[in-house]
Amino acid sequence: MAQRLRVRYAKRGRLRFTSHRDISRAVERAVRRADIPVAFSAGFSPHPRISYAGAAPTGVASEAEYLEIAVTRPCRPQELRAALDASLPPGLDVLDVVEARAGSLADRLEGSLWEVRLPGADPAAAESAVKEFMTAGEVAVERLTKKGMRNFDARGAVASLTADQDDHVEGGPNQSCVILRMVVRHETPAVRPDDVLMGLRLVADFAPPSPPSVTRLAQGPLDASTGEPADPLEADRVGGDQ
Amino acid sequence: MSVESLFPRLEALLPKVQKPIQYVGGELNSTVKDWDEATVRWALMYPDAYEVGLPNQGVQILYEILNELPETLAERTYAVWPDLERLMRAEGVPQFTVDAHRPVRAFDVLGLSFSTELGYTNMLTALDLAGIPLSAADRGPDDPIVLAGGHAAFNPEPIADFIDAAVLGDGEQIAIAISEVIREWKSEGEPGGRDGVLLRLAETGGVYVPRFYDVEYLPDGRIKRVVPNRSGVPSRVFKHTVMDLDEWPYPKKPLVPLAETVHERFSVEIFRGCTRGCRFCQAGMITRPVRERSITTIGAMVDNGIRESGFSEVGLLSLSSADHSEIGEVAKGLADRYEGSNVSLSLPSTRVDAFNIDLANEFSRNGRRSGLTFAPEGGSERMRKVINKMVSEEDLIRTVTTAYSQGWRQVKLYFMCGLPTEEDVDVLGIADLARKVIQAGREATGSRDVRCTVSIGGFVPKPHTPFQWAAQADHETVDRRLRELRNTLRNDKQYGKAIGMRYHDGKPSIVEGLLSRGDRRVGKIIQAVWEDGGRFDGWSEHFSYDRWMACAAKALDGEPVDVDWYTVREREEHEVLPWDHLDAGLDREWLWQDWQDAVNDVEVEDCRWTPCYDCGVCPTMGTEIQIGPTGRKLLPLTVVS
Repeated sequence: MAQRLRVRYAKRGRLRFTSHRDISRAVERAVRRADIPVAFSAGFSPHPRISYAGAAPTGVASEAEYLEIAVTRPCRPQELRAALDASLPPGLDVLDVVEARAGSLADRLEGSLWEVRLPGADPAAAESAVKEFMTAGEVAVERLTKKGMRNFDARGAVASLTADQDDHVEGGPNQSCVILRMVVRHETPAVRPDDVLMGLRLVADFAPPSPPSVTRLAQGPLDASTGEPADPLEADRVGGDQ
Repeated sequence: MSVESLFPRLEALLPKVQKPIQYVGGELNSTVKDWDEATVRWALMYPDAYEVGLPNQGVQILYEILNELPETLAERTYAVWPDLERLMRAEGVPQFTVDAHRPVRAFDVLGLSFSTELGYTNMLTALDLAGIPLSAADRGPDDPIVLAGGHAAFNPEPIADFIDAAVLGDGEQIAIAISEVIREWKSEGEPGGRDGVLLRLAETGGVYVPRFYDVEYLPDGRIKRVVPNRSGVPSRVFKHTVMDLDEWPYPKKPLVPLAETVHERFSVEIFRGCTRGCRFCQAGMITRPVRERSITTIGAMVDNGIRESGFSEVGLLSLSSADHSEIGEVAKGLADRYEGSNVSLSLPSTRVDAFNIDLANEFSRNGRRSGLTFAPEGGSERMRKVINKMVSEEDLIRTVTTAYSQGWRQVKLYFMCGLPTEEDVDVLGIADLARKVIQAGREATGSRDVRCTVSIGGFVPKPHTPFQWAAQADHETVDRRLRELRNTLRNDKQYGKAIGMRYHDGKPSIVEGLLSRGDRRVGKIIQAVWEDGGRFDGWSEHFSYDRWMACAAKALDGEPVDVDWYTVREREEHEVLPWDHLDAGLDREWLWQDWQDAVNDVEVEDCRWTPCYDCGVCPTMGTEIQIGPTGRKLLPLTVVS
């Protein structure tokens, strides 16, 4: 293995319905189409050495997904970015590539900034539900997982949560849209935006009238001054000749 | 008239369904053309779940060919799972295409590819969700022409009431021709309306319009005759055969799905047709003659397909791939080209001989030697003569001995149960064969680490085969024989543990038999089953034998026929069969003679290597056998890292 490259990519529009497995198959094929000299694991059935960190759930869009790819000969990050992007279907878009330096990428992904759009929701009700949620010490929610129903606290991991109103909505002039922005720390068990939405319903009976549209805007080390995730690839760029 | 995308309405439903990615389209190499710039618009449907339908070669080829025509556009639609169907009904979202999410009813043609009859109920779901009347007679000027193709369309009579037209055989040229007929008809202001265009299609003799034919019955329920009911409609409809496959190197731009599908590989059809003459095999009878792709075209298609798709596996498809006249060169050339590249090659449909092991060895250069599959089909020597599968026990043992001694550890053997003239002893012969295979493997390797799996399917007599007259075995008999076979293997102390057995119960085969050899009266059963909730009949978790039988009893009430009449009844030589007016080129007298030969254990050779035995196809269709060798070689033309 000559080099490891870290890739930030987006999952947009209808491609937000891809599962993690769908994405890994698409990336493997794109790597092959783009003639990227990916390294393979040794052993009986060799696999391309591509690893994924903190993938967003199926149905959730993201501007900040990360993967790491090992190659057998050095590649220029910008060339790899263009080649990989051209080989992926539109909607899986490569945004940034850097050469990996010391440290684990996964360890830098401390939290995520999520945007949740709630078309048709009542702004005042949203605001008071958010207030109620944030003042609660603990909000127990449940979610159906592969291991059955699980109960856990949705409040502790939420570093910040705000509700705003969007006046420029496609649905027409009478259609209001509430936008929730939340910073959620990556803890175990993982708290997802839909867990927070369930928490809002439990504490304040706040239930949006149509399915929420969720986007991860960023993930990375939580910046103490802004309270939001910073660029996790910054540490790889320092001193690098990008 | 422009058509709006249904996607915003569908999108709201997707968070609530399983595997939503299958409904969003956007596959690599998929095409969305401008609606208003096209004159003829096709919705192509594979009537099963996306994961099964997406890889289908027929649909991919037609999709690409039609989209290459300047005034034609083609999009794809698949069967939606019951969870989405419920939501679509509740929200009034109609059947949509996955490409641009346009409503299926807005298209000019809804083309359905039926590889199997078990997709019929899914067709009704799609029609109903689309807002297209189920009965062709009820359709108006705003409804698409519902067109059936695929192997099941060689007897479309059970779905005659639901389709407007059917096409037999290779689709490439006839799809283009149909598009042209519709384009002309539209440019002339659609004279004669719906019947006008159907008549133009029927007059060519290459498109079957069931509505233009009347079926008359005898008092005992047999068919008296099938006759055209208007002038200009030919009394027989012929199948289509593409000659020179090198001229049609599709798919050039294989569809690469985001969702996981049943075949995650790029497939190249290395030849069409098969003249091995296996009597049970409908595909081998209706796709004659053999037409090979040349070694150089195959090489170019593989190279292009891997580049365009990014797939890591290549499958060389055909009905019996080892029979390609230059398969040795193809295998070696491709294995050389992709050695050390993580591109793997596979060759489904293998035959029983040592040469085949050489091929498998070439293809496994990049990977492990795990399992090899052979299809003796019949458990006894006599049975194999009846079905004309010319494999002797000696051949089989010699072949598996070679396989085991060259490092293969697992051999899978395919068989059928319920074949004509079959007795218990023929099925128990499968156990004997499997034991001998293990014994040979242990001797060849000096190890007990060898396995054999026998996989057994129920035989269903098919139209246009010598067995079209045969009585299908009832499911009790099939189940009893399989049970005895299983007990015999289980009780075998010496070899039993090394032998696996896979099989299904015999009931689904009876429904398949009903749909395969049914006539127009069977349509009522299909509709009743669908109305009762029947969906996805090819999936054991959705299939209900009891529902089919209950609906059949009701639908056929008052008719002189029942399910047994369609399935377990042997036919007389001169009985009019529902598909007799549909011509696959096979001479009916030759088929009957072959049926008699079957009963008398008489074998027939392959006409590629022996003189013509007058099956009738080539003179009727104006076709000829196209095989190599060309003598050309594959060059290692690319370096794939």
